[in-house]
Amino acid sequence: MHPTDFTLAGAVAALAEGAVSAEELTRAHVDAIEALNPRLNAFITTTPDQAIEAARASDAKRKRGEAGPLEGIPLAIKDLFCTEGVQTTAASRILGGFIPPYESTVTSNLKRDGAVFLGKANLDEFAMGSSNLTSAYGGVLNPWSRRNDTDARLVPGGSSGGSAAAVAARLALGATGTDTGGSIRQPAAFCGIAGIKPTYGRCSRFGIVAFASSLDQAGPFARTVEDCAILLRSMAGHDPKDSTSADRPVPDFAAACGRSVKGLRIGVPKEYRLDGTPPEIERLWRQGLDWLRDAGAEIVDISLPHTKYALPTYYIVAPAEASSNLARYDGVRFGLRVAEKNSDLRDLYERTREAGFGQEVRRRIMIGTYVLSAGYYDAYYLKAQKVRALIARDFTEAFGRVDAIVTPATPSAAFAEGENSDDPIKMYLNDVFTVTANLAGLPGLAVPAGLDPQGLPLGLQVIGRPFDEETVFSVGAAIERAAGFDAVPSMRAGA
Amino acid sequence: MSLDTATVRRVAALARIRLPEEEVARVQGELNGILGWIEQLQAVNTDGVEPMAGGTPEGIASMPMRDDVVTDGGMAPKVLANAPDREGEYFGVPKVVE
Repeated sequence: MHPTDFTLAGAVAALAEGAVSAEELTRAHVDAIEALNPRLNAFITTTPDQAIEAARASDAKRKRGEAGPLEGIPLAIKDLFCTEGVQTTAASRILGGFIPPYESTVTSNLKRDGAVFLGKANLDEFAMGSSNLTSAYGGVLNPWSRRNDTDARLVPGGSSGGSAAAVAARLALGATGTDTGGSIRQPAAFCGIAGIKPTYGRCSRFGIVAFASSLDQAGPFARTVEDCAILLRSMAGHDPKDSTSADRPVPDFAAACGRSVKGLRIGVPKEYRLDGTPPEIERLWRQGLDWLRDAGAEIVDISLPHTKYALPTYYIVAPAEASSNLARYDGVRFGLRVAEKNSDLRDLYERTREAGFGQEVRRRIMIGTYVLSAGYYDAYYLKAQKVRALIARDFTEAFGRVDAIVTPATPSAAFAEGENSDDPIKMYLNDVFTVTANLAGLPGLAVPAGLDPQGLPLGLQVIGRPFDEETVFSVGAAIERAAGFDAVPSMRAGA
Repeated sequence: MSLDTATVRRVAALARIRLPEEEVARVQGELNGILGWIEQLQAVNTDGVEPMAGGTPEGIASMPMRDDVVTDGGMAPKVLANAPDREGEYFGVPKVVE
């Protein structure tokens, strides 16, 4: 078996048995990156030498009997997590040359547990996008292709497109992502892998380049639900450096993957049946519910009446918070500076931010600036916060009757570059099924469950109660077992 | 609500983003498209609803207070390491006060 074909759990076991060394495992992934990244563009920065060095240190640690739970596991890190001494770009020109003097808490936790970092994965600029095409470092190619149109360049989704593509193409055993409106779940679904956005507050946001602070949450990608559970356990936990990270025990999420779903009540929100949803997605959704019914769960129709207002709410709240967070990019303290010879300070700010931010980021900053400006704050921002409360209340009421909610992960399979690009709102609609969980702070898992007629992966989403990722994992793992999803992308290591 | 070109220029100025004259019309169209779509929220009855800033009740209940003490500092070289321009232990900027 090629070392890049291991699941993460399989690699943990093989390392423990001595069937493979961390160095061999890392080298196989470094070679795979070297071979495929020129085409996929999944990584902005690769750190092969540091990875091999870390793998050797990991083998030595294991010999001393000090192996951590992720000892020697090679991972890709979304280039939104600050990594000490390694360039962090957020896929923006404005952070050009920025080398963080500190490490994000999530990546510190992964290192503490023995993980090896292969490099920094590509993303939409500042995590704003659903295609990875807003990256200043170019788009990422989805390793899957359409059966009848193999030339079409498909997007991996976004914003964590590089992370998802890297894991799907077997360039890493797992990856970190962040999810503000669907940025883990949509790319996971587009690339045929699993990904979870945990409950808001489960993971520390310290050291993650901020987009919309009340919505941003870190989470893992991997090729199985159990692998995501293993990674999340290491990533999660309270951090004094992020006051919104919850001080709650971190359960053994992987153990929950084996739990039966017998007797669980699974909610099916009628508002998620949208006009224009492709029939194969409707079919997959029904199939998923049948699988859960066969496994002993009870399927319950529910209503989340404010669902249709979630996207417009998000496109007030997220840009408002972004306009505030991105005010720090001023050409003074770090990153890019653009000035003319006779520029005053204000001209320096304006030229730096014009040149440093891409079009979508500038658009969102301006929307955010407008909805927060004097005279419009109540009409837009305050109104959106109230609708957000209603969206959250819908879920609270539903979770009085059900234990988890199952929906499609995305309204379509992966689309091609250029599609959905003529109108920003068309692109925003990609997050129609995922954005509600961010607004309400709930955990959401995407799990690959089938293929469309073109042979592209489709995912289902499981949403759970706050801090009940365990039920989410058990439902997701039950879908995964029933689906027996074993399709692989055409572009992958070892193929 | 539809933005006129003067408002578009004012918003760009507030955001400290240079907006060349030839781009004003395009940006105006994009912003008005998005704002028009957002407008549908006005149809929601939110009387008596408390605004929600974020988080979950469970999460908010488990956010501990920490001691109000200084926990780091004394790292000027690290703070300045990424500065595009510096003068000694200060960030360098164009002259502000005449």
